[in-house]
Amino acid sequence: MEKINGSQAIIRCLQEEGVKIIFGFPGGAIIDLFDALMDSDITNVLVRHEQGAVHAADGLARVTGEVGVALLTSGPGATNGVTAIATAYCDSIPMVILTGQVPTALIGNDAFQEVDIVGITRPCTKHNYLVKDAKDLVPTLREAFHIARTGRPGPVLVDLPKDVVAKMIDFPEKKPIRMQTYQPNYEPHQGQIEKACKKILKAKNPVLYVGGGVILSNAHEELTELARKLNIPVTMTLMGLGGFPGTDPLSMGMLGMHGSYAANMAVANSDLLIAVGARFDDRVTGRLDAFAPHATIIHIDIDPTSISKNVKVDIPIVADCKQALSAMNTWFNTSSDFNREQVSASHEPWRATIDDWAKKHPMTYIDEGEIIKPQFVIQKLDELTHGDAIITTEVGQNQMWAAQFYKFNKPRQWATSGGLGTMGYGLPAAIGAKMAFPDKTVVDVAGDGSIQMNIQELATAKQYNCPVKVVILNNNYLGMVRQWQELFYNKRYAGTVMEVTPDFVMLAQAYGAVGLRATKTSEVEDVLKEALATDNTVIMDFVIAREECVFPMVPAGKATTEMLLV
Amino acid sequence: MKHTISVLLQNKPGVLSRVTGLFSGRGFNIESLSVAETLDSSISCLTLVTRGDEAIIEQITKQLHKLIDVIKVTDIGDSEYVEREMVLIRVKAEAQTRAEVLRVIDIFRGKVVDVSPKSYAVEVTGSTSKVQAIIDILKPIGIQEIVRTGTIAMARASKK
Repeated sequence: MEKINGSQAIIRCLQEEGVKIIFGFPGGAIIDLFDALMDSDITNVLVRHEQGAVHAADGLARVTGEVGVALLTSGPGATNGVTAIATAYCDSIPMVILTGQVPTALIGNDAFQEVDIVGITRPCTKHNYLVKDAKDLVPTLREAFHIARTGRPGPVLVDLPKDVVAKMIDFPEKKPIRMQTYQPNYEPHQGQIEKACKKILKAKNPVLYVGGGVILSNAHEELTELARKLNIPVTMTLMGLGGFPGTDPLSMGMLGMHGSYAANMAVANSDLLIAVGARFDDRVTGRLDAFAPHATIIHIDIDPTSISKNVKVDIPIVADCKQALSAMNTWFNTSSDFNREQVSASHEPWRATIDDWAKKHPMTYIDEGEIIKPQFVIQKLDELTHGDAIITTEVGQNQMWAAQFYKFNKPRQWATSGGLGTMGYGLPAAIGAKMAFPDKTVVDVAGDGSIQMNIQELATAKQYNCPVKVVILNNNYLGMVRQWQELFYNKRYAGTVMEVTPDFVMLAQAYGAVGLRATKTSEVEDVLKEALATDNTVIMDFVIAREECVFPMVPAGKATTEMLLV
Repeated sequence: MKHTISVLLQNKPGVLSRVTGLFSGRGFNIESLSVAETLDSSISCLTLVTRGDEAIIEQITKQLHKLIDVIKVTDIGDSEYVEREMVLIRVKAEAQTRAEVLRVIDIFRGKVVDVSPKSYAVEVTGSTSKVQAIIDILKPIGIQEIVRTGTIAMARASKK
């Protein structure tokens, strides 16, 4: 075996795993790795803040399904990455984060730029490692990638002391990884599949409730087949958008706090809820005892801890969503009990009821002439990009309007911080997505508040010729919190008024990007068209109706049927 | 309901904090905890006593199992089992109470492990309730110091 140093071995591991792009920010403890990276074919994207590096790797992971990789230095470099690591953890995104660490002899001595990042990230990583012996480097890296991408995916952090990565080592041959303590279960239990399918045949008012697990396991085709075969209406969580075609007549759109009226009513009145890769989050269920009160619940999830955590499940299926849905499709295709026409027809009255709800309270807003409505901007964006762009978002009203009014027809065209709700996610994530797919249109839908949380990444976009487009829905407020204050805090706008906001057009120009602004509804389309046709990073500043709210809205802690409507 | 859960885990640095961090992070409670190597020195056995309804215990066992370094999780209370806990008590033993203290220790099948002119240090082993009982009895006489281990437990072998 040839001897190479630890840093070179790590880079070789990354190549073995198929890594093409990594996002990082250097520092004293990680120079060796950056040095080794320079001799490889991996693109090293220098971000402007470590949070941006990890979000960008996360954005890349979401749109490609590959493991995203970020490279940070010790101490503040690592801690700056923590918010973004937690973001990926909450949304089960496969990532490997490599952090530099002070030399092993100094660990525990309060050395310069030393922090116990393994301790700090223990609750927000799927697993993490401190490599103290150079001979463990390669096996640990391989294990980290294996853990990150298998089972319920998640971020794995590997902390690399400076002396360890400088040592000369043998590069061991790659062998299949078998871990005694980690063997996620992919295959569904056939008995449970049969039980579930038989239950589905008996249901009058079934609903498919689909989460991010469908995207993560690439199960959209199996899901679409099942829904259409049995004529079952589908609702998606924020993370599940794109898991089922948003323009399909069976799609009821998103459910939950800002979900559609039809979706929330359907769940509340269903007699069978088929949850696929979803986790009954509080933003979905509202008041728990009023969530799907009449329904038998089937729950498919690869993570046993998700099952019966918040809501008691009647038929649990611990398995990969793709395999479980495929097994269900096979059961229906071969069962003599299943008559497609008959089952489809039997669900028609239920679908008619849902269509009535959808007609009664569609996803809508009030037109105010030349005052720009944010929903209109998203609708136009959807129209001009033919529903085919990759959309990332910040967090707040901008995120909810994007979720409500952009029609996602395909998986992996949507990257948003769902679980953690991290403002500042969208721009770096858009850069990650655009680096992965340079030919696709990538748009970050932002608010004037959240865009400022990682605005420095405009420089990264420019440096790597990464022409992402940013739609700022500018209302000079931290709009979602202001909405809560308007509705539940007597309009006391404590800490939500952005009295000073930069001139985003000039700001874009300062970074060498293009800045455009629309202040009237009639200007919206031209601005979007110009931005989409420009081969440069573009910031679009849409000055929107200042006190527009996101509706429908289920107030926190209320039943999902108690929606505030437009 | 009280549950005694036995966890086999990799004997590696930081593993115990993954377990305790899980409990504090998710708001589960730990009444006692005891951990040491097994016959195989690469594996540790951790016994913890916790409280919760069925749903909480189910979450606890699943969440423990989800930790990458955890090999096996057993809710020992699901079967017949023996449990033991040990306590060291330094109890005041002056002229008028020395004999009384010895009698109590004898009843509980305890052992005197250290003697001074004014106190005895006593070792008692048994179930949690037995350990609690001797503490309650000795308290009026004057307990100066007390150290308890966590509970350890083992499922009974099959009688067949």
